Amino acid sequence: MALDSKIPQGPLADKWTKHKNTIDLVNPANKRLIDVIVVGTGLAGGSAAATLAELGYNVKAFCFQDSPRRAHSIAAQGGINAAKNYQGDGDSTYRLFYDTVKGGDYRSREANVYRLAEVSANIIDQCVAQGVPFAREYGGLLDNRSFGGVLVSRTFYAAGQTGQQLLLGAYSAMNRQIGRGKIKMYNRHEMLDVVKVDGKARGIITRNLITGEIERHSAHAVVLGTGGYGNVFFLSTNAMGSNVTAAWKAHKRGAYFANPCYTQIHPTCIPVSGDHQSKLTLMSESLRNDGRIWVPKHIKDVEAIRAKKLKPTQIAEEDRDYYLERRYPAFGNLVPRDVASRAAKERCDAGYGVNATGEAVYLDFASAIERYGKEQAYIKGLDGNDTALVKKLGQEVVKAKYGNLFQMYFKIVDEDPYETPMMIYPAVHYTMGGVWVDYNLMTTVPGLYCIGEANFSDHGANRLGASALMQGLADGYFVLPYTIGDYLSDDIRTGPISTDTKEFEEAEKSVKEKLDFFINNEGKHSVDYFHKRLGKIMWNKVGMSRNVKGLTEAIAEIKALREQFWKEVSVPGTNEELNEELAKAGRVADFLELGELFAKDALVREESCGGHFREDSVELDGEQKGEALRNDEDFAYVAAWEYKGEPSDAVLHKEELEFKDIELKQRSYK
Amino acid sequence: MNLTLKIWRQKNANDKGKMVDYKISDVSPDMSFLEMLDVLNEQLINSGDEPVAFDHDCREGICGMCSLYINGEAHGPDRGVTTCQLHMRMFKDGDTIYIEPFRAKAFPVIKDLVVDRSAFDRIQHAGGFISVNTSGNTIDANAIPVNKQDADTAFEAATCIGCGACVASCKNSSAMLFVGAKVSQFALLPQGQVEATDRVMNMVKQMDEEGFGNCTNTGACEVECPKGISLENIARMNSEYLKASFKG
Repeated sequence: MALDSKIPQGPLADKWTKHKNTIDLVNPANKRLIDVIVVGTGLAGGSAAATLAELGYNVKAFCFQDSPRRAHSIAAQGGINAAKNYQGDGDSTYRLFYDTVKGGDYRSREANVYRLAEVSANIIDQCVAQGVPFAREYGGLLDNRSFGGVLVSRTFYAAGQTGQQLLLGAYSAMNRQIGRGKIKMYNRHEMLDVVKVDGKARGIITRNLITGEIERHSAHAVVLGTGGYGNVFFLSTNAMGSNVTAAWKAHKRGAYFANPCYTQIHPTCIPVSGDHQSKLTLMSESLRNDGRIWVPKHIKDVEAIRAKKLKPTQIAEEDRDYYLERRYPAFGNLVPRDVASRAAKERCDAGYGVNATGEAVYLDFASAIERYGKEQAYIKGLDGNDTALVKKLGQEVVKAKYGNLFQMYFKIVDEDPYETPMMIYPAVHYTMGGVWVDYNLMTTVPGLYCIGEANFSDHGANRLGASALMQGLADGYFVLPYTIGDYLSDDIRTGPISTDTKEFEEAEKSVKEKLDFFINNEGKHSVDYFHKRLGKIMWNKVGMSRNVKGLTEAIAEIKALREQFWKEVSVPGTNEELNEELAKAGRVADFLELGELFAKDALVREESCGGHFREDSVELDGEQKGEALRNDEDFAYVAAWEYKGEPSDAVLHKEELEFKDIELKQRSYK
Repeated sequence: MNLTLKIWRQKNANDKGKMVDYKISDVSPDMSFLEMLDVLNEQLINSGDEPVAFDHDCREGICGMCSLYINGEAHGPDRGVTTCQLHMRMFKDGDTIYIEPFRAKAFPVIKDLVVDRSAFDRIQHAGGFISVNTSGNTIDANAIPVNKQDADTAFEAATCIGCGACVASCKNSSAMLFVGAKVSQFALLPQGQVEATDRVMNMVKQMDEEGFGNCTNTGACEVECPKGISLENIARMNSEYLKASFKG
């Protein structure tokens, strides 16, 4: 099947308006006759469910947590971008569009990104109207901060808990519709398959995680807002339950999976402390606004620090290597995430890592504390030369900005980041790849939509900070509710979809067989045993830096691990009860397939772009020596994989990317 | 560290349930409390026993899914943290740790340490929102300035993670801190004024119907709240309720 991205004709800036004016609509009376399933209740799924219900559709929403408010969007910290230009610093829709395409290393679809930038301002209006308490200035207007990879301040925030506040906004919009009976909410339900009838997505199979009951649910369309697949690495900043299962089942039912190798390794996370580690914790990128990243200049200092004979605060300014400021003077500590992560790895690989494992760099707030402290002393008419006072005043400012993050760090590491620099290291955070969708956010399965992090569309090969929240809410509030009408307008006379058909029966049977298999397998290793091993392979060979040898090995190792998993996995308990091990087994089974496709995608893409860094594709000389080298001639395409059984049999389809409004350049943040 | 764990085991909602003893060794002080339970569960699975069921998800203190009553305190002995952020360095070698589910009539046990907190969701369905549709045509976000202090106080109330520690800590199993936080968030913002009367009446009515107790100002909820939600929110809810009652 040829990929049709369905990008509207006409000038970039007019595409979305024109598209909205010409697509088919469903009249309000007919919307009552149409059911829509939304899986996942994060920013994308939650906002979509609420909006679809407001429009009049009958929505059934599903989440595996005990409440829609728990979805992992809640953990997003730093902020949400919008081209409001409230700061008057030259921001515009075009500039947000340009930054996003450039930040994504020219591997995203122009039309989608422009639309995203276009609706971004509406999101802020909408959220304020919903009562989202964004940070404000003393004049009562909204405050902004800047984020990596851009030169304007366009990020709206609520301390370090922006995701929480936005998600609670979407949750409250959902609650209103649940109260009205327009959304039927299914908590603690996990989607285990998509059901297709006559080639169209017409329902899902779920497992009630409390009773174990397998249920059939039908609808005229199915929307997946099920998040990313970072947990294929076992250790990531994702929640423990975050998984690829919904997206992967969709893939197996015919939805192409795009660019699986595009993964964001976030530069500022708390380093791994031991084998018991179950997840990693992010420290918001917003900290790079005020924190300076460094390692010691001299190996002898590194050794003294590791031997605990020297404290970082004792190292003189001239003996520190602020390597981001050194290498990228224009952007300094605010280079995009992929660049910052690789630079940290480079220093640590060279032996300058500052903790016992050699995998940590410093994020230092001393200069910011001093700068803010002096500012406050001046404002308050106090003595700016009193160091203790300046420090105290400066710490208060930093606390107001990042208090919850500093507390989080303190609780995990047991060191006070107001007094000593934080130690950080990159960790898997976000997946730009995902289910392929067209301009309408529909997958290659008619009637099956995919929104938010679960799809591939807007971030190219690298996502800029504060853009995930923007995309999730744009898709859910402002894009999908329009585009889905175009498809559903054909369904106004269809009537309710029966679940009493052979398609539902077949899907339910295969789900049950798999669950029974796990319960009866009586193997010798727990699910986590396999998940951790998969994670190690992924991190070591398909992580921040990739080469042909490692990727080839990874593909073989994952395949072997998958075979062993099916022979030796052990799941205690029964099907008919709350059984977390059983739920995990199904998720890890899917990660073991995705992991191989991921490595395969990385092997085929013989260029470095964004989060995908190939050691055989770097600048060989000049000012950019050693930096990532993109190959637009051969790889300016979206890799969309079609399922054919084993991951090794997956067939590659290419969507060529056309750049009409932006000139392709090698990124430079120097 | 070597520890003795006394854990509440209950097969399902109808089972009577009991405390069961477990020994665990080589616990690192850098582990989180839930990572310690992961290790225990791995041991149980490998010896053919059923792992302990407990709720958790983000493991960074924000989703509100984790719970646990540890040594008689919601989220354990540390302050300002959820159970997933509690670290084993808070305990000593040889300690005995009691681990129970959050207990309240409105939070029935589902299995072991997992409880049903859907009553919280139902209170939110009753009025925890501002009725504004997603038209994309709302007024500009900066059209109504909001006093910074009000905005900040609204934010502080809105940081509630809905974990239920307030209910579990209260001798009356009152949910007034939880409900007060939501009522306060909207009461402090101009956007929330339009529906203020109905909101507080409906939310309080639902709260009572769910079987939560009343507030007798002991303040245990504020102490145990991992997000430091202030008792002022209960006072603000009461005053909103009083105002609404006069309006009828």
